Amino acid sequence: MSQNVNGSQGESDARSRAYWRATLRLTTVLLLVWASASFLPGWFADELNSVVFFGWPLGFYMAGQGSLIIFICIVWLYDRGMVRLEKRYGVKDEG
Amino acid sequence: MSSQPAFFRRLGRYYLIYALVFVSFVGLLAVAEQFGLSPRWIGQIFLFLTIAIYAAIGVMSRTSDVSEYYVAGRRVPALFNGMATAADWMSAASFIGLAGTLYYAGFEGLAFVTGWTGGYVLVALLLAPFLRKFGQFTIPDFLGARYEGHFARVVGVFAAVLASFVYVVAQIYGVGLITSRFIGIEFEIGVFVGLAGILVCSFLGGMRAVTWTQVAQYLILIIAYLVPVAILSYKVTGVPVPQVMYGQVLHDLGVKELELFSEPRESAVRLLYQGRADEYARKIAALPESLTTERLALVQKANDLRAQGASAREIAVAERLLRDVPRTPDEARVKWDRVRQDSLARTMHPPPHAEAHPGADQAARDNARNNFIALVFVLMIGTAALPHILTRYYTTPSVREARRSVFWSLLFIFLLYVTAPAYAVFAKWEVYSSLVGSNIETLPHWVASWGRVGLVKIDDINGDGILQLAELSINSDAILLLVPELAGLPYVVSGLVAAGGLAAALSTADGLLLTISHALSHDLYYKMINPEASTQRRLVITKSQLLVVAVVAAWVASLRPDNILFMVGLAFSIAASAFFPALVLGIFWKRANKWGAVTGMIAGMGVTLLYIVRTHPFFGGSMGDAWLDIHPISSGVFGVSVGFVVIAVVSLLTPPPPPEVQALVDYVRMPDGRGKH
Repeated sequence: MSQNVNGSQGESDARSRAYWRATLRLTTVLLLVWASASFLPGWFADELNSVVFFGWPLGFYMAGQGSLIIFICIVWLYDRGMVRLEKRYGVKDEG
Repeated sequence: MSSQPAFFRRLGRYYLIYALVFVSFVGLLAVAEQFGLSPRWIGQIFLFLTIAIYAAIGVMSRTSDVSEYYVAGRRVPALFNGMATAADWMSAASFIGLAGTLYYAGFEGLAFVTGWTGGYVLVALLLAPFLRKFGQFTIPDFLGARYEGHFARVVGVFAAVLASFVYVVAQIYGVGLITSRFIGIEFEIGVFVGLAGILVCSFLGGMRAVTWTQVAQYLILIIAYLVPVAILSYKVTGVPVPQVMYGQVLHDLGVKELELFSEPRESAVRLLYQGRADEYARKIAALPESLTTERLALVQKANDLRAQGASAREIAVAERLLRDVPRTPDEARVKWDRVRQDSLARTMHPPPHAEAHPGADQAARDNARNNFIALVFVLMIGTAALPHILTRYYTTPSVREARRSVFWSLLFIFLLYVTAPAYAVFAKWEVYSSLVGSNIETLPHWVASWGRVGLVKIDDINGDGILQLAELSINSDAILLLVPELAGLPYVVSGLVAAGGLAAALSTADGLLLTISHALSHDLYYKMINPEASTQRRLVITKSQLLVVAVVAAWVASLRPDNILFMVGLAFSIAASAFFPALVLGIFWKRANKWGAVTGMIAGMGVTLLYIVRTHPFFGGSMGDAWLDIHPISSGVFGVSVGFVVIAVVSLLTPPPPPEVQALVDYVRMPDGRGKH
């Protein structure tokens, strides 16, 4: 579609690549958090259940509520992070 | 078209007014109930009024513009797309079934809660923004463009139709169930009322109409879900925030469970059930003679009663028993085995609610844990691969809005899923502490009326006139509706819950139906058979497909297929193994090519289907053939892994995709106009 008017083609490509690498880094970190929140509470449920958290056994709390809150935070952080990356690398959202 | 912020404000105003009108209308009905409006009327008013609302929105949003019809004109703001996705996502199974599943399965049921929410992280990070940037109409569209051609598209169409059709039948079935049980019209008529409710939304206005009805449906379903349990929470704990308060109640429930499980009368009742199970095992072993003996004994008894001049009621009971005797030895074997299984299940007390991965020994416990993890995995991947959810992110105005819209979707879904475990715990607490141990003669009125429709069964096996836990059985779907009754709320709340269930089923059915008809008309007809078709012709084809699919789905649902709700679980495995690897690698790995994707999708889906057929009793399989003792509902674990491996291996063995496809990958990765289009 449109060319980047401020720089040469090469510079723009390099910026795109750097933007994509940064995106991958952010995605990987958040996916690791996601995987831990998803699978560790189920795997270590017995151990966690021996801890009581406001009346809940902790394992039950995590699978029923805690992990869910972490998921919401991940998606929110991803949006914040991507907005920052777009600014830093001069990528404009189409809309 | 007005500017985006003004559009957003206007929408906000409309839906706020709509929600207020709805709430005051419920209040009005509550007052009318005090003045003697009958439950039957309340149910029917809820049914027809809500369908009328959806129809009105559907008619107002009618359109003959292709972009409006397929993707709502791509101007749905993130917040509203979030609500629409939440309604699209939460089905009859989530709304009605989940509370019951959690009631019976305790901790193990939480796999659904974690799995059905965690999948949205994958949608946000791996799929939604890129699909939005790609910006076409369907998921097979992406597969066709990324993997060059019709082969990948056809596989995508097949998987989308297979997964969605099973799912849509289950939704229509759910509508039939809700209308027949709680509004009192016949199941088959209920199915066709549901069909009408679905078509009025989707037929005239496609995605545009479905989007705006789904927002309306979300508001109804979330109000209906939260109100009863909030009131029950207020009654039990004094705080109307069940999500926060159920921890305390769970703790008390744990104490109560220990007390109940060690009660001598409970143990005595469980022994009696063991006796009954043994007796039926003997009877089954002695077939066919035992059937003849049983029939003769009952004939004798009825004659004796008549000879003694017993009361008409006693004679009627004896005659009914005689009528219910199985006709053939085969029928007897099935019927008696069911009784035996049921009695056997009652010989053991249920595991404590909060206990994780219960089992008789360490092997069983490990097995339960592995299945829990596998189920969480499949539900997450499946969530991130269901075409009717992914296409919703085509409808936002920009990539950024698509990302934010996943956040809103997850937040709105969270509201229901975080409440479901509270439902189960509050219901169980009330049942254990106030129902069990009370006199059967003086049980609340609703127990008898639900007993008549078979949702609650009480079997006083020890004849002591007191209800023991083992003597009570409640249908899993009824747990949700139990809560308004336990809280002693007027019928209008039950009607509200039924309306919520209806909204959940209809909204999901709408989304699924659009996915199927778009896959058939857009991908199969327009892209492959007749690319020259005019806009008008495309819409005519789409609408007629929609009609045909809807009628076929309603017809299948009206046959009351057994196991249909279980098969919904299979849809997740099918979608996960067919779509997830191909979509994710298509965006994140440029080297993935046509042959890799096609073989990977077929292999993944093939392994999943093969595993289901091998292990599920419905297809004549058995768990003896299982791998690692994974249940068929989680078969996608194998399909997804195979899919990833096959795509990687075959892609590396065949030439890399051509430059224009690599440019397309660059294009979807950048939120702005960079890269080729």
